[in-house]
Amino acid sequence: MTAVPDIEFRGVTKRYGSVTAVSGIDLAVPPSAFVALLGPSGCGKTTCLRMIGGFEQPSEGQVFIRGQDMAGTPPYRRPVNMVFQQYALFPHLDVEDNVAYGLRQARPRLSSREITSRAGEALEMVRLAGYGRRKIHELSGGQQQRVALARALVNKPAVLLLDEPLAALDKKLRTDMQIELQNLQREIGITFVLVTHDQEEALSMSDFVCVMNGGRIVQLGQPSEIYDEPADLFVADFVGKTNLLSGTVAGHTGDLVEIALADGTVIAARKRTALQQGEAVSVSLRPESLSLGAPESGPFKGIVRNRIFLGSTAEYAIEVQGIGTLLAKADHLIGHGNLFKPGEPVAIGFASGTPLAFPETKNNGTNQRVDKHVEIIS
Amino acid sequence: MHGSRLRKNLLTAMLLGPATAWLVVFLVLPFIAIAVFSVGERAPEGGYQAAFTLAQYANLPARATAFWNTMVLAPVGALACLLVAYPVAYYLALQAPQRWRLILLALVVIPFWTSLLMRTYAWMYVLGGRGIPALLAYIGFEDVRLINTPGAVLLGIVYGYLPLMILPIYVSLERLDRRLLEASADLGATPISTFLGVTLKLSLPGVMTGFSLVMILLLGEYLIPTLLGGGKVFFIGNALVDLFLQSRNWPFGSAIAITLVLVSVVVLIAANRISTRVSGARRVDLI
Repeated sequence: MTAVPDIEFRGVTKRYGSVTAVSGIDLAVPPSAFVALLGPSGCGKTTCLRMIGGFEQPSEGQVFIRGQDMAGTPPYRRPVNMVFQQYALFPHLDVEDNVAYGLRQARPRLSSREITSRAGEALEMVRLAGYGRRKIHELSGGQQQRVALARALVNKPAVLLLDEPLAALDKKLRTDMQIELQNLQREIGITFVLVTHDQEEALSMSDFVCVMNGGRIVQLGQPSEIYDEPADLFVADFVGKTNLLSGTVAGHTGDLVEIALADGTVIAARKRTALQQGEAVSVSLRPESLSLGAPESGPFKGIVRNRIFLGSTAEYAIEVQGIGTLLAKADHLIGHGNLFKPGEPVAIGFASGTPLAFPETKNNGTNQRVDKHVEIIS
Repeated sequence: MHGSRLRKNLLTAMLLGPATAWLVVFLVLPFIAIAVFSVGERAPEGGYQAAFTLAQYANLPARATAFWNTMVLAPVGALACLLVAYPVAYYLALQAPQRWRLILLALVVIPFWTSLLMRTYAWMYVLGGRGIPALLAYIGFEDVRLINTPGAVLLGIVYGYLPLMILPIYVSLERLDRRLLEASADLGATPISTFLGVTLKLSLPGVMTGFSLVMILLLGEYLIPTLLGGGKVFFIGNALVDLFLQSRNWPFGSAIAITLVLVSVVVLIAANRISTRVSGARRVDLI
């Protein structure tokens, strides 16, 4: 038995004049999920979020919240709340009045004692107890972010919408907030829908990632699926770092294809769709799936050009004759001094996983297949 | 090091010098003169005679009617202006299509290109015996008097000062972050609550700027009450003209002028206080 989805899109299209921002989206978000809408700017993710909030109306299709068709329902009658980009806190109200704003709109009216106590609880939840009488402009970015969270959550929404909530914070604070948001979501148990262009943020926080491009859903899945089994070239390239090598299909062995790369090397790769003999493909190689070794050992030989030291690991940009620059990631074992130096010759092999091959042309069948009707059932 | 500071001071002097000189010669010195006159006596042949007496201030009630008219019509006029201006400013800032906005704003300002005197004369004709009353008589309403009534003065005031009210309100509404309105709706506020709780409060600095601007100008208004009030609706401005130019009682005129300035300052401070308290804004627009 499947529960009623918290959010459901059925054939939703949004056009602005002649521009189609979102086209034919079908999506069902199960209760109590943390879902990220991930994509480059202009991919339609924010438009989707705004259609849930009621700030935009779909040109076609329907949006359901907990099984209710939201057509014609204004934002102030929807059981969802939003954390806006840059927070949109009311500058003329202090922290407590910002948080209590939604409670004051409730009809029948809540008693002022209840308003005060619930606002206090919400501030406590975001660890801002005692900040009630502060002015908004006296708060740091991280504190404003938390006020925005408290202001949205105090109304006990069915779904919390987050529009790039961490974009304005510095890196350290962002990591802290990622953990805090995850904890909050688990604690409260309501659905969070996060919009972000930051793939790291999407992968690290959410249960499900919905990758969007050009107004369509390209792939929907758990973070590990998105990373390990990208549906197409766009996802492989957009999510995480990867090396994309051009080649042609040289043959098939079982489920794998043999790809001849530009320099003549033939490697085995997995595939997403049927590939024709001689078809131009791109092969995705994650940097961490490459291993570096002594010059004579691997299929590729190259020269280290740059080393990016990352503490526990190091990334190397390695120039390979006939192929280009490959990015490889290697563990940095403390005390072993096994760091390669720029200028040093190395061999590159495959440490783990098999490369993935995608058709070179972008407008292939993959897009249409995935976005038809994707449902995630937890 | 020393040279650069000298150059900086010189630059400051050059930037501020002309305005300072202008204000000292044409505002500060005359103001001091008026303050001195106000504690003096009227010379037998008119004008000023040195003395130190508060008699002129004690005599202020003699012009109570002018004060009363001004104190009533100035705020009422500013309020009437506000009620007409706010919806216009709201439409211009939040509703009007972007490409029409500049044209519509220009239309608001264009009347300023013609002298207020001419436009007020036009109103004299429109409200006078051969204007609207004649039209009303034609459809059966005899003996309607419009000109030379407080209503006519109010109408003239609203007409004349409307742009001064619209512009500051427009500026503060235009600056309003639209996402605040969405946030308010998102939190369950109906459009009316959003207007009262967010839009109106955040546009208050503009409202107060417009209100005090119009109010202060109205406190010294002379032209409109003279032409449309026909001397019957006597303002402080008219009293001042009368005292300085006709009866040549400079000290009494000066006392009235000083009182007027003090009232204006009080109005300005009060307006500022209110708008900073309600909107929490630390800025003051235009003035």
